Amino acid sequence: MSDASTSPAQPSSATAAPVLKVNGLKKHFPVKKGLLSRTVGQVYAVDGVSFEIGAGETLGLVGESGCGKSTVGRTVLRLIEPTAGEIEVDGVDIAKLDKKALRDYRRQMQIIFQDPFSSLNPRMSAGDIVGEPLMVHNIAQGKDREDMVAQLFERVGLRAGQLTSLPHQFSGGQRQRIGIARALALNPKLIVGDEPVSALDVSIQAQVINLLMDLQNELGLSYLFIAHDLAVVEHISHRVAVMYLGRIVEYTDKKSLFKNPQHPYTEALLSAVPIPDPEIKREKVILEGDVPSPINPPSGCHFHTRCPYATEQCRVETPLLKEQAPGHWVSCHLR
Amino acid sequence: MAAIDHQKELNRAGANVEGWWQHTVHLARRYPLGAIGAVMVFIFVMAAIFADVVAPHDPLQTSAAHSLNAPDGSMVFGADMMGRDVLSRIIHGARISLAVGIGSMLLGGIIGVVIGLMSGYLLGWFDLITQRIIDIMQALPLLVMALVMAAALGPSLENTIIAISIPLVPQVARVVRSSTLSLREMPFVEAARAGGMSEWRVAVRHVLPNTVAPLIVLGTAQLGSAILTEASLSFLGLGVPEPYPSWGRMLSESAAEYVRTAPWLVIFPGVAISAAVFGTNLMGDALRDILDPRERS
Repeated sequence: MSDASTSPAQPSSATAAPVLKVNGLKKHFPVKKGLLSRTVGQVYAVDGVSFEIGAGETLGLVGESGCGKSTVGRTVLRLIEPTAGEIEVDGVDIAKLDKKALRDYRRQMQIIFQDPFSSLNPRMSAGDIVGEPLMVHNIAQGKDREDMVAQLFERVGLRAGQLTSLPHQFSGGQRQRIGIARALALNPKLIVGDEPVSALDVSIQAQVINLLMDLQNELGLSYLFIAHDLAVVEHISHRVAVMYLGRIVEYTDKKSLFKNPQHPYTEALLSAVPIPDPEIKREKVILEGDVPSPINPPSGCHFHTRCPYATEQCRVETPLLKEQAPGHWVSCHLR
Repeated sequence: MAAIDHQKELNRAGANVEGWWQHTVHLARRYPLGAIGAVMVFIFVMAAIFADVVAPHDPLQTSAAHSLNAPDGSMVFGADMMGRDVLSRIIHGARISLAVGIGSMLLGGIIGVVIGLMSGYLLGWFDLITQRIIDIMQALPLLVMALVMAAALGPSLENTIIAISIPLVPQVARVVRSSTLSLREMPFVEAARAGGMSEWRVAVRHVLPNTVAPLIVLGTAQLGSAILTEASLSFLGLGVPEPYPSWGRMLSESAAEYVRTAPWLVIFPGVAISAAVFGTNLMGDALRDILDPRERS
């Protein structure tokens, strides 16, 4: 998977203004109980997350189930309203825009979903699904729209003859291509991929990932790529952010993350990746216990309950994300 | 092990179906009960539309000479005490039954869909209040509520339709609300929002069409019970007034007095009511399977 010809192209303008800049993003879901729906607690799904994505760059976002990575993706698109924080797109904080003003920014950011079955309306034809955003934003009508949809179909590797087919007549991989075509219809700058390949067969995964990377090269797209499969993330990302219980614990370029992980949680994650060679033995870091509940997260460093190196300081004081080496950010007292 | 006749299996699965006629025949083979229901409903509808042509006699023409005539060559289903032809009255009665059935099903359905969709979509106080009102309405049986409404509104065709449609609203609203609650969380609805669609458009284009399958089944079941309720209301004297022939009133006029001496006055309208209700229900069950988009070829 790390063949040079298929590795991600370098971002065209790493130093230019980022496409997306997220600062101190928080999403707390209230826990309600009883007849009067009193709020009895909060789920700290996302608890102060900051990152940037440049033009043509892919940021991989990894973490266990329930660590808040999907919530980050949806909050960035304002499909879920953020509790606090800034989401800057092109220098404009969209977290504070009203619904009407937000509509124009919707065009710049789209999403691809994990489940290729529930992400397409079963009663609309594939062509209508892809063409609907064009109609809603008054981009093209009638014949023009049909032509644009046919072009989008071709671009993602579907035949124009399949325009009138219903979603259930496609395979999982084809359906995911329809989802990608729909996301591309508005010519966005950023696409959030919420585990876009996790539900597919491995051979189809490779096809879809290569399609995403080709599209990035052609169109200069940026991706926020949410996944739990580290091999996939290593293949497609330029930089990677590791999340644990609503916070980013390590954030750096792909190479230094996989070669030189700094945070104990990242170490444990990487040591769990299987090596396809029975001869190689490696010391595995086995984590004890379960992920604590985000309703009542641990004090101090969220990871201290499972960290093999935890000290008294970790239990009391929340570590900040510090730049350990240029571009390599770690949130740990011990590094 | 029995050999598999591939050609036969392919035909059974509808591999070589072309054109609407073959398609209809294929569907009728796959859903024989549904086909029977469809034929019954077809006859019912045709009788209603072409009543003037089909009916052998004038349904309102009285004749002392034919009073309580038993079924014979000229009056196949016999005559009532005023000498009116029972067959002609049943054929004309189909009009009333169909008008009331379809009218109240559609009226109740539209009101129910609007309430259910708003309730499932807006949630909050609107949902809480409408759902409690619906709880109250569901506590009352269909006939009782229709009776109260009909008595309050007075007997006429329009009022009968309204009286029967209102009690049908709660079921529709509940079905639409529950579908809406699950559909609004689906990724394709999120995708529509991410595409910048208005909430109104999301509700009408993405949520509503996906509630249709259960609605059609419910609608045909309700068509049956609306026809039955109309007959009951007319039986009790609160339905469609004279001189329109109504199946329910034909039963009530004759049931007590003539059931022994002239049973055809009771049997034939009764059979007509049963057949109409049974036919719509059979058809509804088959429609549910056929209209599922995953079944469409």
